[in-house]
Amino acid sequence: MIPGQGPPSASGGRGVALTGLVKSYGDVHAVRGVDLAIDAGETVALLGPNGAGKSTTIDMILGLRHPDAGRVEVFGVPPDQAVAQGRISGMLQVGQLIQEVTIRELVSTVASLYPHPMPVEEVLALTDIADIADRRTNGLSGGQAQRVRFAMAIVADPDLLVLDEPTVALDVEGRYSFWEAMRAFASRGKTIVFATHYLEEADEFADRIVLMAAGVVVADGPPTEIKARVGQRTVRATLARPDRQALGALPGVTAVEVRGGSVILSCSDSDAALRAFLAAEPGASDIEVRGAGLDEAFRELTRTVVQDS
Amino acid sequence: MISAQYTRMELLRTFRNRRFFIFSLGFPVVLFLTIAGANKSQTIADVPFPTYYMVGMVSFGTMAAVLGIGARIAVERQVGWNRQLRITPLSPVAYMATKVATGYMMAICTIVILYLIGGLYGVSLAAANWAQMTVLILIGLIPFAAMGVALGQLLSPDSMGPVMGGGVALFSILGGAYGPLSTSGAFKDVTEIVPSYWLVAARSAGLHGQWWSAEGWIVTAAWSAVLIRLAMWSYRRDTSRV
Repeated sequence: MIPGQGPPSASGGRGVALTGLVKSYGDVHAVRGVDLAIDAGETVALLGPNGAGKSTTIDMILGLRHPDAGRVEVFGVPPDQAVAQGRISGMLQVGQLIQEVTIRELVSTVASLYPHPMPVEEVLALTDIADIADRRTNGLSGGQAQRVRFAMAIVADPDLLVLDEPTVALDVEGRYSFWEAMRAFASRGKTIVFATHYLEEADEFADRIVLMAAGVVVADGPPTEIKARVGQRTVRATLARPDRQALGALPGVTAVEVRGGSVILSCSDSDAALRAFLAAEPGASDIEVRGAGLDEAFRELTRTVVQDS
Repeated sequence: MISAQYTRMELLRTFRNRRFFIFSLGFPVVLFLTIAGANKSQTIADVPFPTYYMVGMVSFGTMAAVLGIGARIAVERQVGWNRQLRITPLSPVAYMATKVATGYMMAICTIVILYLIGGLYGVSLAAANWAQMTVLILIGLIPFAAMGVALGQLLSPDSMGPVMGGGVALFSILGGAYGPLSTSGAFKDVTEIVPSYWLVAARSAGLHGQWWSAEGWIVTAAWSAVLIRLAMWSYRRDTSRV
């Protein structure tokens, strides 16, 4: 078999390859050089704040936008081709449902466009919309509409499922049931790429987190590794007159945040930072040292890049 | 690849949305009944009034039906459905073909219903002439279908309404759908290069079994060529931007 021409195996092998991707909109440099290789079967979270370039990257993986420079390959072929073969499906960030159709008609019509769709009834059950399947799409709640959109994405039974901030409009319960359905789908061994700015979602659901900020990848690894790599702690304290500049110059401190009378020091070496801090600010009170969660790691990594850019 | 099931869903959706029939079917039927009904035994430009008005209202309604393609495309663009479809194997060409087919189905509804009502009001043509007139109308609609596709890519749903309403009214008047315009002079030359003129002129096929003059074929072909190009260009412009 010629390499790259045959179907990839269900586990391992080439999934998505992004090489030197660059995309600008006028003066806005949305993506500034992204290299990323995702193996078939991986579940990858693209994590980052708004404006990090996640959606643009996802649009390029789906072939909805063409990169200014660089290359996208999905299972060894350009995205348009993978889309035409029915190997990709996705759930875009914005998008309402068309009207004057029932949920069942819509999902089964979408299914009919793909070479080997999942059984429609199975998908309706999996996404928990079987009981409302004969209703028209107008007048659905946000959560219901989201589940229908998810059903349209997975009924394709794609090799690669791409989701752009799938839970952004959902309440806590909606998010929970979405990820329940997602787990059931993911157990089929598919490649999944999803963008999110919810750290817990990336941490809980992905095998791998690709952290993006200001159009580049700033960290890439398993959730635990992302946290370890930063390995940072924060020191919080209350100060009468916090001097941001002086605090930032303390050894072991990488960033300073001042909120009213309290300061938060992000530290690469919290022991050294704490000693120096106490020496410099003998009047500090309410001192607290905390291990960083993904939240802090995320903020820290993002800040470094934004400063560099 | 044209998807039979997608086309089926489109037809279902169209026929479920009764608003779309107000312009293409409701208006022309009501106008025919009130105007032709009151002048049943009159003639207009030497043509029996009901015959003239039946063809005029068919032109008006079918133009609205195929221009309505644009309204549906504009709405689907706005809600992000086109982007969703672009990540399915349904090709853009198949999507457009489905839209055009749906517009034509609506136009055929208008034709059939107005022919039936026309028959009740005394319109009587030779069987072959009914068929010949229908063929010319369907061909004469090609520029308008292309115009609908182009407008749907270029305009928002909000601006689509007035543009469609105004466009259909203007083309109907210029084409002579409501009554004959000048039969000589410079104004006549101008109206003869309007595509709707030839839609209304399909009447001659109904009455006398006459095909269009060479001018009719040339005008229709030229408008079709230009507007199909515009539709293709507007499609590329729309998709390269998103």
